[in-house]
Amino acid sequence: MSCVLDVANVSVGFRQKGGVLPLVKNASLRLSAGQCLGILGESGSGKSMLCKAIAGLLDENFTVEGSIRFEGLQLLRQKPEKLRRLRGQKIGIVLQNPMSCFDPLYRIGEQMEETLAEHYNAGRRKIYTKCIEILELMRIRQAINVLAQYPHQLSGGMLQRVMIGLAVALDPVLIIADEPTTAIDSISQHSIMQEFVRIKEAGQVAMIFVSHDLGVLSRISDDVMVMHGGRVMEQGRAQDIFANAQDVYTRHLIEQHTAVMKRFCAAISPAV
Amino acid sequence: MSVVLRAKDIRVSFRKEQQSSLFGQERQQVLHDISLDLREGECLGIIGESGSGKSTLGRVLSGLLKPEGGRVYLEGSDIYEKRSAKSKAALQHRMALVFQDYTSSVNPRFRVENIIGESLRIYRKAGGDCSHVRQRTYELLDQVGLPASFITRYPHELSGGQLQRVCIARALAVCPRIILLDEAISSLDASTQVQIMDLLSTVQKSLGLSYIFITHDLTSITYLCNRVLFFQHGRIVEQVDQISQLSSLQTAYAKHLLHSIMGLGVSDSEQEQADLLVSESEISSLALVNDARKGADSPQAGAVMAFSSKPSVVG
Repeated sequence: MSCVLDVANVSVGFRQKGGVLPLVKNASLRLSAGQCLGILGESGSGKSMLCKAIAGLLDENFTVEGSIRFEGLQLLRQKPEKLRRLRGQKIGIVLQNPMSCFDPLYRIGEQMEETLAEHYNAGRRKIYTKCIEILELMRIRQAINVLAQYPHQLSGGMLQRVMIGLAVALDPVLIIADEPTTAIDSISQHSIMQEFVRIKEAGQVAMIFVSHDLGVLSRISDDVMVMHGGRVMEQGRAQDIFANAQDVYTRHLIEQHTAVMKRFCAAISPAV
Repeated sequence: MSVVLRAKDIRVSFRKEQQSSLFGQERQQVLHDISLDLREGECLGIIGESGSGKSTLGRVLSGLLKPEGGRVYLEGSDIYEKRSAKSKAALQHRMALVFQDYTSSVNPRFRVENIIGESLRIYRKAGGDCSHVRQRTYELLDQVGLPASFITRYPHELSGGQLQRVCIARALAVCPRIILLDEAISSLDASTQVQIMDLLSTVQKSLGLSYIFITHDLTSITYLCNRVLFFQHGRIVEQVDQISQLSSLQTAYAKHLLHSIMGLGVSDSEQEQADLLVSESEISSLALVNDARKGADSPQAGAVMAFSSKPSVVG
């Protein structure tokens, strides 16, 4: 399998008065098509920062060192315009809060068309049919009606599905999902995770999936990376880490999770 | 066990955003005849998806929103009855609230000392005994597992979990009988959620409190609660009196909630069942959209936005 993303020894820092505040220290990862890496960590652990560094979304207030190779191309110190082209076309990004990612003053259809027109060389009619295709792919029924609605008329789960649809629409090679299910109730969360699993199992894309919820990560990840305080605590196959974690912090997280799940399982199956 | 809080036939509706005529008075029913009992020393979970009216119910139970019909009895006395200011104050401090959005529920210019002190002052006004404010603040901080040195900190100098602990300390300051937790742990990350739930259950045991725990996450309900109500479209669709009997759920909605849990140790057959249920969820989400379209503007979403600005953001 060819390696889509190769991140080596990346450190991210924040420039402030009297020096640089380190946010991520020496993170390395490799990813090939059809593979999903889950990044687990609590808030402030630097997991989002690492994702932003990979996507080139950090401005000059941040320092990024190391090497980020995407399909052999060095992304660090690349021209912003070139990076912008890459994002959307080759790298799809799904962010945490779907409610704040859409402009509340424009209809869903207009916003989708705008995004597609940016990267997709086709006439309006063709883009419109493409939009409907995307929504139908994301299993949103009555797609034509949804296109004419404003973001506040859709539920968080539906908006997030529109976002995921847009992210996969241009056949990206890499999808970065930064806490895509955090702000959403558990039923929508489940159906969104199914969309992600479906995309992953199609085998075309590499995926980075960030979450603080072990339950969600266990559903999708092949590999897991545990971050704490900007440092990578542990990295490896998902089953290995869930079964016997070496690091104390990782073990603590898994123990907490299994304690909660044990009570849940006891409640749903009294025979056990 | 005695009943500390009883709600009978609560009905709430809001005026619709968009009316068919200029001065129309069409209303959207948000809660339909809700009745519930909260017994002493128990934790009652209320679970439902966003827009199901569970937060509105929380507002009614805590005395913030007068219902159109029905009554709420707190230890036998009706909280929406007309009464003197003094007895009202005495009644009000029996119930305390903790909200989801911890940053917007504290004054950013207050130190921890003042945040808790404000509660203590109100408690004293209501006739409570509270002579040693500083001493009591230390006690409360100790109860929620924070060091005494935090007393001079500002909210922005605390992490989410720590600030939520301060909010719990503030709720405990009025010596309540009941604490209503409205999505109190939903915007914390998973490991902090467990810490806060552990804290809540130790506090409950030591003070003999009752909790009403509103959430959309079933795993935290099974971790903390004794009883659970399933809420959908402003109605209680199912009630489970023994949390260990959760497998005997009847309604499709409750089953669906149950099967959408992901985690280590959830068997594969559960997952398959969940996948099968997806077609049903598609129908229900479709129904939601249709409802929204009928009212032109989604009234449920409107209600949620107007009454609980909870931007649940986890960094």
